[in-house]
Formats: sequence, C-alpha cells, structure tokens
Amino acid sequence: MLFEQSLNGLQFGLMLFLLAAGLTLVFGIMDMINLAHGSLYMIGAYLMASFVQATGSFWVALPLALVATALVGAALEVALLRKLYERDHLTQVLATFAVILIANEVVRLIWGNQSLMLNPPAGLTGPVQLPGGVQYASYRLAIIAVGVFVALLLYFLVTKTRVGMLVRAGASNREMAVAMGVNIPRLFTIVFALGAALCALAGAMLGPILAVQVGMGENILILAFVVIVIGGIGSIRGAFVGALLVGLVDTMGRALLPIAFAEMFSPQVASNLGPSLSSILIYVLMAAVLFLRPQGLFPARG
Amino acid sequence: MRMMVIAAAAFAFNAHAANELKIGFLSTLSGPAGSIGVEIRDGFNLALKMAGGKLGGLPTEVVFADDTLNPEMGKQLAERLLKRDRVNLMTGVVFSNVMLAVWPTIQQGNVFYIAPNSTPTRISGEGCNPRFLSASWPNEGYHEAAGHYAKSKGYKNAYLIAPNYPAGKDATSGFKRGYGGAIAAEVYTKLNQLDYSAELAQIRAAKPAALYAFLPGGMGINFIKQFVAAGLSSEVPLVVPGFVSDQDIVRAVGEPMLGIFDTAHWAYDLDNDANRKFVAAFEKEFNRIPTVFAEQGYTTALVIDAAVRSVKGKIEDEQAFRKAVMAAPGRFKSPRGDWKFAHNGTPVQDYYLRVVAKDNKGRIVNKKIGTVLNDHVDFWAKECKMK
Repeated sequence: MLFEQSLNGLQFGLMLFLLAAGLTLVFGIMDMINLAHGSLYMIGAYLMASFVQATGSFWVALPLALVATALVGAALEVALLRKLYERDHLTQVLATFAVILIANEVVRLIWGNQSLMLNPPAGLTGPVQLPGGVQYASYRLAIIAVGVFVALLLYFLVTKTRVGMLVRAGASNREMAVAMGVNIPRLFTIVFALGAALCALAGAMLGPILAVQVGMGENILILAFVVIVIGGIGSIRGAFVGALLVGLVDTMGRALLPIAFAEMFSPQVASNLGPSLSSILIYVLMAAVLFLRPQGLFPARG
Repeated sequence: MRMMVIAAAAFAFNAHAANELKIGFLSTLSGPAGSIGVEIRDGFNLALKMAGGKLGGLPTEVVFADDTLNPEMGKQLAERLLKRDRVNLMTGVVFSNVMLAVWPTIQQGNVFYIAPNSTPTRISGEGCNPRFLSASWPNEGYHEAAGHYAKSKGYKNAYLIAPNYPAGKDATSGFKRGYGGAIAAEVYTKLNQLDYSAELAQIRAAKPAALYAFLPGGMGINFIKQFVAAGLSSEVPLVVPGFVSDQDIVRAVGEPMLGIFDTAHWAYDLDNDANRKFVAAFEKEFNRIPTVFAEQGYTTALVIDAAVRSVKGKIEDEQAFRKAVMAAPGRFKSPRGDWKFAHNGTPVQDYYLRVVAKDNKGRIVNKKIGTVLNDHVDFWAKECKMK
C-alpha cells in the first residue's frame, strides 16, 4: 500500500509542479503576484473538455487546449498584467483577484453551471500490473510520465537554451538583465504564455480524475503558492522539489493519519482529524522551511 | 361604509393569499453534485407542467435558488425566499448538511417544507416537526435496504465509505442495521472530494469481502471511475445505494457500471401505469431516462398538488393542511407505487433491488430484480413523539 500511496503522492505532486512552475517564473521574473493563475488552469480544463467533445480524441485535443490556453494567457498578459508590473503587490492581488471572478463568470456563461466530466483516453481506463504485482491505474501512471517528461523538458529549456538563460537572468536580477538589453516585454509574454500552457496541461490531465468545474482553480492555487514558497520563488528546481514534497505529504497524511487515529478514536473522529491534520501538515512544512530557510529550499536569487 | 371598504380590502387580501401558490425551491444546482438538484427540479417541473402550471388548482410560481452545496449560502437564500419573495411553501434541498442549516430558518418562516430528497434522521426522529414532510425516503432507508441485501449475499465483512456529513453518517448507520455483520472499516471522506486515490489504496490493502459506497453526484462518478481504473472492480464486490448508480452516474461512467447492484424506492421499469406515464413524459421532455431524484421531485409536486386541492387552496390553516399532506399519497398514483406517510412525516414504502444492465434498446439502465424491504417504516419514527 505504501508503494501505491507513494505513486499517488508523486502523481499529485507532479501536477502541482506544472502549476507551480508557471507561477514561480511569473512571480520570480516579473515580480508579479498572479492569483489568476488558477483561472488559467480552469480555462485550460474547460477548453480541453470542449476540444475532446469536438474532436473526439484526447490526444488531438490536448495540444489544441495547450495552444489555446497559451494564447489566452498571452492576451491576458498583453492586455492587463503588463500594466501592473510597476504597481505594488496589493494592486496586483486586487486586479488578478478580479480576473478570477470575471473568469469564473465568463466560464459559467459559456459552459454553464454543471461541471463537465472528462474521460481518460481509450486504453488508459483500466489498471496495469506493475512489477511486484501491484495494480495501478494506467491513467495515473501516464500522468506521472507526462509530469516527469515536462519537468525534464523545462530543465533543459531553462538550463540549456537562450530563452532559458534570459529567464534565469531575469529571475536572479531583473534590473541587470534589462540593463544588458534583454527584451523584457517579449520575454514576459513568452514566460506567461508558457506558464498558461503548463496550467492547461495540468487542467487537461487532471480533468478525467477530478471534475471540470467553475472554481476548480482556487483550491489548487493555494497549494501552488505553498509549493513555490517552499521551493524558493523563481526557481524551477525549487518548484519541482516543493511540489513533490507537498504531494507526498498530502497523500501520505491522508492515507496514514486516519489509520493511526483509528486505533485511538471512533471512525467519525478519525476521519475528521486525519484529513484536517494532513492539510495542516503541509502548512507546518511550509512554516518549517520558512523558519530554517526563509529564501526557500532553492532560492533563485543569490 | 368605511367598514365595508376595510372588509372588502381584507377579503381581497385573503383571496389573494389563497389564489396563488408560491414555492421556494432551494436546491444544489451547480458544481459536481449539481446534477442531483437538476434531476429533482426537472421532475418537479414536469409534474407542474402536466398539471397545467397549477398545483391543487392554484396558479403556481416556483422561485429557484442554488445553494451550491454551501450551508451558509443556503441559509441566506432561505431567508431571502421567505422574506423577500414571501414564498408560502418550501422544497428542494438535496444535501443534509444544507437541510439542517436551513431548517431553523424555514421553521421561523412558518411554512411547510416538503422534502424531495434529504430527510435527515435529526429531523425525522426525535426532532420531528408537523411542518416537515418527506416525499422521498428517510435518510437511512436506502442504506438499510442495501445492508439487508449485503447480508443476504453472505459477505463476511463490509468496508464502508461515505462523505463526512450528516447523511453520510445516516448512511453507515442504516447499512450497519440492515447488514448486522462485521465492518472492515468505516471511512468518511470530505464532502465533494473528487480524488479517491488514497482511499482506494487503503481499500485494496484491507481486502474486504464487500465495499459499500455512498457517494452521490460527481463524487460517485469519480469514485466509480477511479475504482474501475485502479483494477479494484475485479477484486472487491461493490454495493451501492441507488443514488450512486443511477442515470446521472451511468451517463458519465458508462459500461463499467454494468452488473452493479443497488437498492432504491423506485425503478424506471417499475410495473404500474403512473410510472409508465412518468417515464414516457420525462423522456419526451428532457430526452433522457429519469433518475430516482427525478421521481422524488415529481412525486413531491404531486403531493403538494393533492394536498392543496383537498384544502381548496387554504394552506394557511396549518392543521388542516398537515392532515391534507398526510392523506395526499392516497389521493394520487405515484410512479413508485402505493405508499403512505408514517406519523413522523416520512414515507412508508418498498425498497427494491436493482441491477445496472442493458435494456432492449441497448441503453444502460437500472432494472428492478426484486424487493428487499416491504412497507418499510423509518427506524427513527419511534423516537418521534408527534401524533
């Protein structure tokens, strides 16, 4: 069971990473608090659901949803967020919170109140036999594979390419990067669109496991912020480690604490305590990291 | 002369009050669990439409409000329905946590509440009230029936999973009473939880002889999908109440549902004229097969129709109206067949065993295969001191 739970934690952590990666870049490079990041995740999931319906194929719909959400992200950046970079964080929080509300209402207008249900692609609906005789949902395994692949791709992109170099330069010292002649507006738009595409990927992959619904972004956004605080703002590596930590702590807490409490309390009490304590655990983890390493585990800025 | 004007005005006012029925329909209409509220609403609206827009002969206006499964929101909306919209009857609530939160508000509003779904033990038992009557089932009914079924199958133990809210606890309590056997574990999940990976791993490790899952709406869709995806459907027999395997879930999950047994107070192929009429009208109107929830909404409207008619629209007379509602099930034919109210205002009715199978048109439906409980009375009715 521990092995299966670890896989569950890994799967959840990797999806959190997709969200946190975009968020940490935007926060780290642009010094912009973007609460509307969760809305892009929601929009990505809805677009995915629509494309799946239109094309009938999960794998055709996926790139379409990614590109479409990236375009939405880029448009949002150019139209609104660009004007907020120079403002203080409070203004950014207020403005992007407004974006959340607007996005929720627009989604409600277009797709209605009912939550949509996505199905995993054919062939990934059943279980697979893992070495050691453990059965595991093949779709969750696919999520893990996609997550690892994207993490490697991002790592390559950030450390080995020119855009990555600019991103790192921007994250570690923005003023200097500007002074060296980096085209910041274009870089920002690219980073933001990339972040939006990662959101859409998370939304599309999680759609069949969760439900595509209005407000789905808000819950996961808080966790994504916890992840980037733990990992260090602006750091992809930090986001990766932070996301896996949060994913594992959350799943393990949810799985093991009720069992531990069941020995001591009635099932009702144990079921009450387990999940609440496991969600507290995440914040305890964050507090501990903040206390010991206020910059996060892998700070981008020296 | 002045007296006459006042008398005329008073008469006009009275006539107005009795000439219109304004129903507050507070329900969960959005989010993963919103499909349930929509089913109840559609069933209710269908009966209203078939009655020509008049329940009990009175022009009827229904004011809808969506609580989004948030008890606080429900309370505010109930307040609004009662004070601003001045409704003179209420119905609609899907979830028991919302029901218990809005119940004090409804009591203060001095109106009757006819339950089309949630009928928590806390309101049907010791806390029973003359203004609360249920046209659905007592909360434990389905689960007690499912427990009886599990017992008849001889499962040596059962693993229970339900959301952590009042009806979740009513569910396990009802199942345990009917089953009477060993409980492998009793797990409560967050209401509206959507990812069950941690729970499924625990179930696999526990290897129970049977799994009883009460997870209605979107929760059930996700749970069953993930249960099948994890390969557990070939390892652990799944028993569910009818809420977790009806059309709203079948539509989303499809083939993997085939062969699941459940218990319910109604089935789409129940053999009576009222049911054939209901199913045909519902399919024609909404182009889908109705669920138990739709039947509950439909029957709720018919209960109101019969009761309002027999008091000739004078629903202000509390005692007369209660009597009329109590007698209502005898005045019309419900799709579920014959039933009546127990003294605590909950239905005394049969519970059937159903199986998810294909009908002759190849559609996946819940077919009735037997009767588990006959004329079942709410266990908690004995706690109700009301006459």
